[in-house]
Amino acid sequence: MDGHAPHGSNYRYVARKRRTKEDKRFITGRGRYVADVSVPGMKHVAVIASPHAAARIAAIRTAKALAVPGVVAVVTGADIVAATNPMQHGLDIPGVRWYALAVDRARYAGEWVAAVVADSRYVAEDAAELIEVDYEPLPFVIDPEAAFQPGSPPVHPDHKSNVLFQRRFVYGDVDGDFRRADHTLSFRVRWGRSSTVPIETFGVLARWDEGRDVLDVWASIQMPKFHDQLAGCLRLGGNNVRVHYDVDVGGSYGTKRGIAHSVLVGFLARKLRTPVRFIEDRLEYMAGGGAHGPDRIFDMEVAFNRDGRVLSHRMRALDDVGCYPGRSPLQLGKPIGAIVGPYKIGSCAYEAISVTTNKTSQVAVRGFGQAPTNVAIETAMDRVAGFLGIDRLEVRRRNFIAKGEFPYLIPSGTTYDSGDYPTVLDKTVALSRWPELLAKRDALRAEGRLAGIGIATCLEPSGGNSAFEPLFNPLNDTTTWMESCQIKIDLGGTITAIIATSTSGQGHETLVATVIGEELERDPDTIRVVHSDSLGAFPSNSPVGSRMAIMLGGAASGAARQIRASLTRIAAHNFNVPEDRLEYESGAITNRNNTAQKLAWDDLVRIAHRKYHLMPPGSEPGLQATYCWEVPTGGKMPTPDGRVQMYPCFSFEAHVPLVAIDPASGKVDILAYFVGHDCGTVISPDIVRGITCGGIAHGIGAALYEKFEYDANGQLLAGTFADYLMPSAHEVPAIAVTEHCTPSPHTPMGQKGSGEAGYLGAPAAIASAVNDALAPLGLAITTLPMRLKDIEALLAAKSGPKP
Amino acid sequence: MTDRRDIRLTINGRVHAACAAPRMTLVDFIRDELGLTGTHIGCEHGVCGACSVIFDGKPIRSCLMFAVQADGHAITTVEGLEGADGTLSPLQDSFWEAHAMQCGYCTPGMLIAAHALLAENLDPTEDDIREAISGNLCRCTGYQQIVEAVVHAARRRKGG
Amino acid sequence: MKAAPFDYVRVTTVAEVCRALDGAGGEGKIIAGGQTLVPMMAMRLARPTLLVDINDVSELQGIAATGGALKVKACTRQAAALASPLVAATLPLLARAMRWVGHGQTRNRGTVGGSIAHADPSAEIPLVAVTLGATIEARRSASARLIEADAFFEGPMMTALAADECLTEVRFPVWPEAHVGSGFEEVSARRGDFAIVAAAAQVALAPDGRCTRVAVGIGGAGGRAVNCAPAAGSLFGTRLDDATIDAAAGRIAALIEPQDDIHATADYRRRAAAALAARALRSARADAATKAAA
Repeated sequence: MDGHAPHGSNYRYVARKRRTKEDKRFITGRGRYVADVSVPGMKHVAVIASPHAAARIAAIRTAKALAVPGVVAVVTGADIVAATNPMQHGLDIPGVRWYALAVDRARYAGEWVAAVVADSRYVAEDAAELIEVDYEPLPFVIDPEAAFQPGSPPVHPDHKSNVLFQRRFVYGDVDGDFRRADHTLSFRVRWGRSSTVPIETFGVLARWDEGRDVLDVWASIQMPKFHDQLAGCLRLGGNNVRVHYDVDVGGSYGTKRGIAHSVLVGFLARKLRTPVRFIEDRLEYMAGGGAHGPDRIFDMEVAFNRDGRVLSHRMRALDDVGCYPGRSPLQLGKPIGAIVGPYKIGSCAYEAISVTTNKTSQVAVRGFGQAPTNVAIETAMDRVAGFLGIDRLEVRRRNFIAKGEFPYLIPSGTTYDSGDYPTVLDKTVALSRWPELLAKRDALRAEGRLAGIGIATCLEPSGGNSAFEPLFNPLNDTTTWMESCQIKIDLGGTITAIIATSTSGQGHETLVATVIGEELERDPDTIRVVHSDSLGAFPSNSPVGSRMAIMLGGAASGAARQIRASLTRIAAHNFNVPEDRLEYESGAITNRNNTAQKLAWDDLVRIAHRKYHLMPPGSEPGLQATYCWEVPTGGKMPTPDGRVQMYPCFSFEAHVPLVAIDPASGKVDILAYFVGHDCGTVISPDIVRGITCGGIAHGIGAALYEKFEYDANGQLLAGTFADYLMPSAHEVPAIAVTEHCTPSPHTPMGQKGSGEAGYLGAPAAIASAVNDALAPLGLAITTLPMRLKDIEALLAAKSGPKP
Repeated sequence: MTDRRDIRLTINGRVHAACAAPRMTLVDFIRDELGLTGTHIGCEHGVCGACSVIFDGKPIRSCLMFAVQADGHAITTVEGLEGADGTLSPLQDSFWEAHAMQCGYCTPGMLIAAHALLAENLDPTEDDIREAISGNLCRCTGYQQIVEAVVHAARRRKGG
Repeated sequence: MKAAPFDYVRVTTVAEVCRALDGAGGEGKIIAGGQTLVPMMAMRLARPTLLVDINDVSELQGIAATGGALKVKACTRQAAALASPLVAATLPLLARAMRWVGHGQTRNRGTVGGSIAHADPSAEIPLVAVTLGATIEARRSASARLIEADAFFEGPMMTALAADECLTEVRFPVWPEAHVGSGFEEVSARRGDFAIVAAAAQVALAPDGRCTRVAVGIGGAGGRAVNCAPAAGSLFGTRLDDATIDAAAGRIAALIEPQDDIHATADYRRRAAAALAARALRSARADAATKAAA
């Protein structure tokens, strides 16, 4: 349990190596993803996309497509706008209307203009080729800084400006701190447009049940309030839509939010009175699926003293959300809850600007904007160290919030729950065998290679709350992002838990079974966890914001404790003793003063289910509990000056990679990777380590390989897996992880979140390593991804033209 | 041109007689015609490896073949890795033990790639393993626990 | 991503291949491994009306070394070529290059002839063919012809093959010299991807260490692989010291016409071509020297 649970704790199941409940179906090919769900009479969808970055749609001719045998229907934006409501944005943005298909105007290359429904996907594609669209190209804007300028071609003419959100937050005496500081420096960091790109695309199947007035929906979804939004768009009551959450989702990491796909398919299923399925193909996903990530320019100024202590920073973040913003501008809001990282920075200013461009829409990506922000913060620490000639580890140690200073209030109004950053960094440095690592780097340099060690010490805000919604949108006063769990014990004594969300690899069944097993002292392997559908479900806000260990784990604890309380009341009544005399052991209850008085688990269950005469008077019969949990620290509105408690819990990670760069090709090889991680109590060590390593791999992609690059005409250049480069087993090195446990005071077992682990520090760490490698040449790179062509160009410019 | 052809092929030891249009890919055939949905589709252009199957003893990508080409051949999919009585293969069990997956979507392809490696390499190094699975993209795991699972399976076979 | 409809025929002889192509009015296409063709069909960038499957044509399988050449039949799997002791013994450059071709799973289906016929400018096998001056045999119904690699590759995905011609064999010359060494260098964003730039080199050394023969080629830096013989002339008779190699490699930039794409700029490719060619030559020199010492 070392590093996985607080010292002295003695969990039976939590923090122990246990097999993951979900895995058996996956290793035997019995996962059930949306493309595996098939219903009789199901029809298939293909879409056609605009080839233009911006164009008026003058005419769409569908007759040839409709004449193809096997084609059921062709629909366009006009059909959609007549029958559905626009999809919601996170902000109130007048004039930006978002529908499942383009209406009159296409606003990015790849936007869906028409959809074909046919007997098979093959036939649908045949017909899609025959749809004729007359486009009249319009001016467009691709570069976010150009979009920010007044007079740039409007993406949404009814909104006038391409600026969707702009606000400057000032926390503390920033100007004073800058005046008082010994030094200041400034720099720009560019975070490239990448995303999570799951191996499964988005898919959705809808069937209108005419006899019940219910739209059944199976989707590879990970999205808060999906069914509410879908019902609203389809002009249906919430209880006319049944989203089946028992569909396995083939990866999401925030991005599986196919609301447009789902509105389209829901509309088609009702209109055509036949089940309709749309499984995006890879080309549709990349160009039109609306699943790109942040695309952000940071301009940073840092004020610091000669001892390396950072007093203040000014951060300006300009984010390109692409065409339809959805919730994307809010990704500039969440990082406010960790805007100073793990450091005692006394004041800061943050200007958040969201612009729209004629590109594919942005969606929520793992970390909700925190990974790019962490690159800006960590670059600042490296720059300060470099400027002062102080060791990069030492600068961090001098600025860390100390273990004894928690709870710690940062300038933006968020209180960090707990942490021990110096110890985690020390453990990571020890794991890396730092002196040997330095010697290895220096030996590589001596051979004429470029080599560098990266350092990043980053926060993972967790327990996802809605606090950025009222902060960014005055019309939104949401202050809860609750999560629920139901437990029922059947007559035979087995335990079933019901959760209200789908899972995309986080292992929620294992999480809930482990927590309930721990609380009730019952073997988690015997506990079944069921994904409800939206009609049977209690409130959930889905697994976003590294929240499920906290929120679903907390809800499961709460429900289990209610069960345990019920059992205790039954025993107390039957023994006729106060509850505090009772001993609970593995589900059996004994009178501590008279051990002959004992009721086994099965006895207690039978009393609850069958023997009401033995129940405490007034009890509810049966054995079941529902617990709906408010986010700890939640329930508060932001202050008028923008201070807010963003998330409740703060995990921490320290990264130390070693890289070497081939000067001829600019290619970066990661030779070693060490990470120290603290997410409080680790409920399932295998799951947390897996997510951490996976997050690092994803971060390596964002740092070195992955970019949805557009050309000057607004054409996506990285529309296939041959051009959008995700790291393979060759590019991701062996990763050594050390865990540390600083429990959170806000959660039942001290757990914090870990869903974004690894990804929140890896891009910063790789950037740090590459820059350490370039430093001896006096070079620096702050544009991600740092592709081999970018690095080589820097080196070539430095060495000048060769003979 | 779209007429359907009769084909016979052996899948997981069972002979299937079916028909398919020439343009139907092998992966669509396996999934949609035979109902073996363990083999997944990730990119349909031969990069991600989610559709890997064993074809005449060798791992291949089933999105890069047409079903008619498989007429007369033998294929093993993920469903064919376990014993007839449902016993997990040592490799499958090692994947479970090491939690070598998260969402499970790439898992069948990874199992196929690793299965093929272990069939011809008794004692693979970590480099061998990474090479063998390098044509299969995983977005969840960072490959670490997958590599560990294959090492575990190889060790188990050696009785180590 | 589903292919447009097509007709399909599986044949067992080259004569049948030619007949089938003949009857397809220029719209027929041979499918061997399909590792390039099928994705192009899935994206509907290729839409043949007839696919002629040559996987059962036994006369198109096999590797032989005769008459001073390594003859690789068109439908030989890349995996088979990679595993072939004959290739390793007679044409190590091809064996080296083959390791960079795709991944194990694509090499299990992909064929040597298929890679040649598709003529991707960054593909490794065409680069070896161009570097060594391979000869490509093609047949149509009534005739057969031999095409020099340099003439065969006309541009990106374009070859001298006619629509009704079947590529049957690739003949790589085997150098008779005693001490032949080879080197292959490639840069790609990820291992297994198509090359951004690749360099192939082969040298023969006299017993005294002087270079008696040299071949250098560059792939990925233009519409087709380029034989860089004009840059390598100065290497003859030298001991291939580093400065001589670097000077020769430096002349390569003038021989290639690379372009910008998402993965690299033309300038990048020029610089990388020179650097990789120098490395490939050094590897070839070391390889030959090892053989001389053995």
